[in-house]
Amino acid sequence: MFGHTQLTAIDWLIMLLYFIFVLGIGFALKRFMKTSKDFFQAGRALPAWICGLAFMSANLGAQEVIGMGASGAKYGIATSHFYWIGAIPAMIFVGIFMMPFYYGSKARSVPEFLRLRFDEKTRALNACSFAVMTVFSSGISMYAMARLIQTLHIFDGLFLALGLPLGWIFHFSMLLSAMIVLGYIFLGGLTSAIYNEVLQFALIIAGFLPLVLIGLHNVGGISGLRAALPTAYMHSWRGMEHASTNPLGVDAFGLAMGLGFVLSFGYWCTDFLVIQTAMATDTQENARRVPLIAAIPKMFFPFLVILPGLLAIAATTPHNVTTETVANGVIVRETHVVSKAEAEGRGLVPAKTDPISGKIVLDASGKPELDYDLAIPSMLLHYFPSGLLGLGLTALLASFMSGMAGNVTAFNTVWTYDIYQSYLHKGASDQHYLKMGRWATVGGILLSMATAYAASGFNNIMDTLQLVFSFVNAPLFATFLLGMFWKRTTGNGAFTGLVAGTVAAMAHHGLTLPIEAHPGLHGGWITVLHTYPSDMAQNFWTAIWAFSANFVVAVVVSLFGKPKPEAELVGLVHSLTPKAASVEHVWWKRPEVLAVSLLVMVITLNLIFR
Amino acid sequence: MNLDLRIPMGMMFTLVGVILSVYGWATRGSALYARTGNVDVNLGWGLVLLVFGVVLFVLGRRGERRARMRPPKPPATDGRRRGH
Repeated sequence: MFGHTQLTAIDWLIMLLYFIFVLGIGFALKRFMKTSKDFFQAGRALPAWICGLAFMSANLGAQEVIGMGASGAKYGIATSHFYWIGAIPAMIFVGIFMMPFYYGSKARSVPEFLRLRFDEKTRALNACSFAVMTVFSSGISMYAMARLIQTLHIFDGLFLALGLPLGWIFHFSMLLSAMIVLGYIFLGGLTSAIYNEVLQFALIIAGFLPLVLIGLHNVGGISGLRAALPTAYMHSWRGMEHASTNPLGVDAFGLAMGLGFVLSFGYWCTDFLVIQTAMATDTQENARRVPLIAAIPKMFFPFLVILPGLLAIAATTPHNVTTETVANGVIVRETHVVSKAEAEGRGLVPAKTDPISGKIVLDASGKPELDYDLAIPSMLLHYFPSGLLGLGLTALLASFMSGMAGNVTAFNTVWTYDIYQSYLHKGASDQHYLKMGRWATVGGILLSMATAYAASGFNNIMDTLQLVFSFVNAPLFATFLLGMFWKRTTGNGAFTGLVAGTVAAMAHHGLTLPIEAHPGLHGGWITVLHTYPSDMAQNFWTAIWAFSANFVVAVVVSLFGKPKPEAELVGLVHSLTPKAASVEHVWWKRPEVLAVSLLVMVITLNLIFR
Repeated sequence: MNLDLRIPMGMMFTLVGVILSVYGWATRGSALYARTGNVDVNLGWGLVLLVFGVVLFVLGRRGERRARMRPPKPPATDGRRRGH
């Protein structure tokens, strides 16, 4: 498949230029890394706009760019729920209500906040599960990137020219991404990761905006797109009253509660991967502004990452074309041969091929299954001439690497502060922890590589990630919500609640199954008590159960225990913390004003695309 | 932090912009652009990125110069804020 990927020198040049700048930024930052605070917290001195863009791009990894394009091709505009319902409200909430406690408590990480608010065991539980999850996510990013490079035959020309076996491409891609990410984080720590996330953000726009414009031009504008697609593709809310009448297979309640509340608040409000970028700003007011600044581009990203998926489906399916040109009186006949997978696909989305037999995978009704994950890559290869193709592929690689980088910096901080300094080696010098952070980066990357090789068995990146997030993250938000807004919550309550939530998530997953799935990875591994119309519905409900179990158990256990003295909770609990006076005198720059305008904008977008 | 991101970022986009627009200018009217509906996207987008890169670079340099002229404030306050 995609045998025609021919990268020219100009494409290589652009890719090389990016690698040079990425590592160059790391080297330039190295001399500022004097203390562990510089390395792990970017010295708490970065401007809000940089942290805001990084806050958004920290999760712009494999899941986002490839997964959202794939989902756009599969479900249409309804995918925008992951942004407009599944991100913006949570980003507003964390900025307005939670950031004062994260930033103001002087905690250096999210697990450390849990220790200040609750106790040591809650922190240990969170730190350990979080460390495992970051390594896992970064490994999946790495794996997805190597697999994509292999599928698109990006390095094939290079390897053939050098006489190396093509089987090494997968390992070479893993090693290359590992070395680059390791290089810039080892040198510049969190600052380096944040700077590169911003760089990647700009690259994604630079690489994908022309793709959307050319794709739209090709199908005849928005009206052409509308005409080429089934009506359900262009509406995000149609048929949402019932799970069986919309492509996602979710009803509005499951969507709003599962995705809009539990999953998205669990991710954006508690995940240190994104919170660390906000905590790197210079003042508390700026820290509150970071998620709000991030929400602005986030709101418009569906047009950049989901729309290409729709455009891929709407485009004409490629077929063999013979062109005749007359050059110097000689007739030259050229036949452009498309592969079977492309010809059997829909639009530019190719059919799925079995990686071992090379045959096209058929669904139960005998029709070829589509490989939606290739929607965006095949758009890039189809429309971009060399030059722009180099830029587009660089943007894609940048997004994979930056997805890894955020995980790796979150890992090295939590490992060093919350595990190493707290339990393994207390009271060492700051220089010792700085050194530890550097080596934790190396360890984190090695573990990611190990996970990437282990993860080769899993096929769907998005589903696997969602599954992990719903087990670990979904119950988490209940803990933070109770911790920050109910002063009676005790450490024992928080801890038992978290355990109960994760157990509930696993139990729910083990007892239910999406329709037409086999028991196993998709659920039902205990026994099947309930069947959901789609795996997405099952994921959302797993999250709802986990959150509820955590909430109820934490409240009940807390009521039986003795709460912390109020004096110890100042700065950690809403009702006991004096409201900081705003230092911002320009009214429209106040976080609250920004939040309200964001809400109005997101409601408008939902109304336009209802 | 003493490195304003806008400077390296501006430099990178300026270079990418130059590469794309020079390449686009050299290949204008070639069969390369059949797939985009005969639009020389390299030249057009290259120029856009070039302008973006230069603006970013200039803003970064100006911010750095302004920060250097400002007397350093005591570290207890928010004196390290810069780049706006």
